[in-house]
Amino acid sequence: MFPLLLIFLPVLTALFIFVLPAAQSRMIAFAGAILSLLAVLLSFNTLHADATDVALSFSFNWLPSLGSNISFGIDGISMVLLLLTNILLPLIILTTFQRDIIKPKGYFSLMLLMQSALLGVFMATDGLVFYIFWELALIPIYFICLFWGGEGRQRITFKFFIYTLLGSLFMLVALIILFQHTTNHSFAIKDLYAAGASMTFDQQAWVFWFFFLAFAIKMPVFPFHTWQPDTYVNAPTQGTMLLSGIMLKMGTYGLIRWLLPMVPQAVSAYTDLVIILSIISVVYASAIAMAQVNFKRMIAYSSIAHVGLICAGIFSYKAEGIQGALAQMFAHGINVVGLFFICDIIQTNTGTDTMANLGGIRTVNQKFAFWFLITMLGSVALPLTNGFAGEFLLLNGIYQYNAWFAAIGGLTIILGAVYMLRGYQAIMLGETSSITTSFPALKLSETIVFIVIAGIIVISGIYPKIILDISAWDVQLIAH
Amino acid sequence: MNEILIVAGLGVLTLLAEIFSFKKFIAPIVIAGLLATWVVAALELNGNIYSSLNASVLNMLDFDRYAQSFVLLLTTIALLWVIINYNFFSDESNKADHLSLILFSMVGGFCMVSYTNFVMLFLGIEILSIPMYVLAGSNKRSLRSNEASLKYFLMGSFATGILLFGIALLYGSTGSFYVYDLRVKTTGADFVMTPMFTIGMVMLLSAMAFKSSAAPFHFWAPDVYTGSPSSVTSFMSTFVKTSALAAFMRLFYTALPYVPETFDRIFLILIIGSLFLGNIIAVFQTNAKRLLAYSSISHVGFMLMAIRFFSEPTSVASLFFYMAAYAITTLAAFMVLKIVEENSDGDVSISAFNGLVKRNPLLAGTLTIALLSMAGIPPLSGFFAKFNILYIALNHGYFWLVIVAILASLVGVYYYFKIVIAMFASEPVLTPITLTGKQKILLLLLTLLIVGMGLNSFVFDLIPS
Repeated sequence: MFPLLLIFLPVLTALFIFVLPAAQSRMIAFAGAILSLLAVLLSFNTLHADATDVALSFSFNWLPSLGSNISFGIDGISMVLLLLTNILLPLIILTTFQRDIIKPKGYFSLMLLMQSALLGVFMATDGLVFYIFWELALIPIYFICLFWGGEGRQRITFKFFIYTLLGSLFMLVALIILFQHTTNHSFAIKDLYAAGASMTFDQQAWVFWFFFLAFAIKMPVFPFHTWQPDTYVNAPTQGTMLLSGIMLKMGTYGLIRWLLPMVPQAVSAYTDLVIILSIISVVYASAIAMAQVNFKRMIAYSSIAHVGLICAGIFSYKAEGIQGALAQMFAHGINVVGLFFICDIIQTNTGTDTMANLGGIRTVNQKFAFWFLITMLGSVALPLTNGFAGEFLLLNGIYQYNAWFAAIGGLTIILGAVYMLRGYQAIMLGETSSITTSFPALKLSETIVFIVIAGIIVISGIYPKIILDISAWDVQLIAH
Repeated sequence: MNEILIVAGLGVLTLLAEIFSFKKFIAPIVIAGLLATWVVAALELNGNIYSSLNASVLNMLDFDRYAQSFVLLLTTIALLWVIINYNFFSDESNKADHLSLILFSMVGGFCMVSYTNFVMLFLGIEILSIPMYVLAGSNKRSLRSNEASLKYFLMGSFATGILLFGIALLYGSTGSFYVYDLRVKTTGADFVMTPMFTIGMVMLLSAMAFKSSAAPFHFWAPDVYTGSPSSVTSFMSTFVKTSALAAFMRLFYTALPYVPETFDRIFLILIIGSLFLGNIIAVFQTNAKRLLAYSSISHVGFMLMAIRFFSEPTSVASLFFYMAAYAITTLAAFMVLKIVEENSDGDVSISAFNGLVKRNPLLAGTLTIALLSMAGIPPLSGFFAKFNILYIALNHGYFWLVIVAILASLVGVYYYFKIVIAMFASEPVLTPITLTGKQKILLLLLTLLIVGMGLNSFVFDLIPS
């Protein structure tokens, strides 16, 4: 029953927000998000007690004529993503506490509906249900970006929508092809696995590329990334956090759950090509990030670099690579939300995020500089931070597959350090400029967000087993 | 058959209202009558009442399961349409005439979904079309409405001529008007496809494509849809289209099961033409009504895929579901469009929708759901409609056609979202719109239907495959 609880709690909260006065929307949303977090922690507890607990799965006979059941299941791999989603949501809502949100009812209920859809994606064990939640996650974020976004949002959000829809329509075709090859006319993931394995190589190749297109656009991986920087910069801060912190993980999760075990022959044939694309992504995005003058845009490109390495690690198909990918997905979600929040605070207080105009904030606000430093170190994968555990394992996995790929992919750590440290230097150090001299102290809600983020960065950095143990068993089942 | 009797009786009664001056009560009477028709249709489909008339009426009509399902769907559409467009009749001097025209065209629609004889197909199309020619011009003072009426009439009669010619040639080559005779003859081992049969068939297909406004026989549709009063346009693109496509499918369901396979190329031209012409021209439209007209052409492309892949077991159910989803969605879209039109001095350009979410969130919400459903976004009914069609196409081995259809519907998303973006991301220029209680309930009901038909497969399972 946990899957239903997890999906319906946010929907219920959204309903409450809709009915009750707008002044209370924020608090209701926050309370609902905390409840969801508790629910996921409860289910986490059950996961440890018994790996095949019925409480963690749900099935309902839905469309018999299509062979589709509404079925969900939680295993270790899902659990990492569920935890990430439900830890981030309260934080993301907390980041709005010092901001004025126009039309808060719509804003918060859309955020919660998005949460519900994301949880559905991470739990679905039926092809059609997976597809539906996949699309459902797109609708709220589209409207968040469209209604609350910045200048030129019509064009930018539209590009984002068309791009992702293109990918998912091809995924739909892939799902139908798999469905046709099932022996018992079913969309259940196990039957689809069997169908995929029984297909000829050519058919597998089509399915592979259709799935990959959908996931690659969502992540995004070079050359499907062009929608991403504009959308991240243009979306409202919370929208960006949802997009980069959680939604991006839909793509990487999709690779692990729906692509690797689905079409084994095609996967082994195209692994090289995909890893090369991912490595290009890493180097290319890092290079562009170094050239950015705008802090938010720089984080957007750094996100492409990080996800490129995750994609390469997953395709190494080694237990270390996939474990590293999951750890890094979790770490990246936490870090990137922290970075975008820092960007939001700077932007709100100084009116700009062009790095050249900033500087010297550290002398005005030391606490803020401290939190920025920790988040940044997590992001550049310094040892003893969460980013290190993930990237180390990822590179380990890639190294086992091919040492050259690992060597080039490893550049991400160096290049990442270059642009992040330069960004930190430009914003925090040096002489104060006219707009940074009056940089205000952090508010309580902002400090809480940073404490939580820094806490996770340090704890899961020193003791990464907390995250790795969740998925270790299930990753062993699929990896080579 | 009972439904035809009730509706025809209602039509005559409505005409009498003009003479005996009980015009004031006629709209409620018609709604009650249609409600009764709906109940009868539902009970018949469910097997609760058996009508000896249903079996076969002089080899002319046969109310088999196919016909009963479509009659139920058509009655639902008409009932919803009359309730939604209640004010189309209330502020008119000759409302009884208009109502009776609608009722008679319903009779035509019922004949079109139940014919077993080509004569009845022809008569059904005529009974359906002639009231439509009149209604298209029912906004007497508008030049556009007059133009629509004339265009529709001229083109429509031309197409009917071709239909009749085609039927005559089929008769010449097989010697029968009766569909089951035709089936026996054309599926027999000794059947040779003579040139006469081929030409007749091509003519028949062209005429049916014209009636369903499939490209390249679509040229009348945008002008007629734009010029006619919005209520009438909404009737044309729901009721009339459903009847036409159901009649088209019935051609193969009863008489000519192998024709879609043998006339493969013609069907592909119709399908790809409709998908691309409809979608691409719609991108450049600035008038919302015209945009919906082109979008309806593109939907015909999908509907024709169900007909082309007739031999697949779920093709009939898929078409039925597509028609139901499309009709309900279109009714909702046109209801909103009409309310916006009335509140912006008859302006239906896309800019009239600017900031609609601030003028009235319910209207904007309903239209958004409707447009998302037309664009095929899950879990709305429009998605499942497309899904079923793509499935049978893939099952039939037409992989490339599926890719083509997907690319075309991606273009569709572009123009549907032009309206969505206008509603959500532009500033309103006009004052807020207030809705009556009845309108609110109807909008919510339509939204519920658009979502609910997708989440539950009851509509799909109505026709056993």
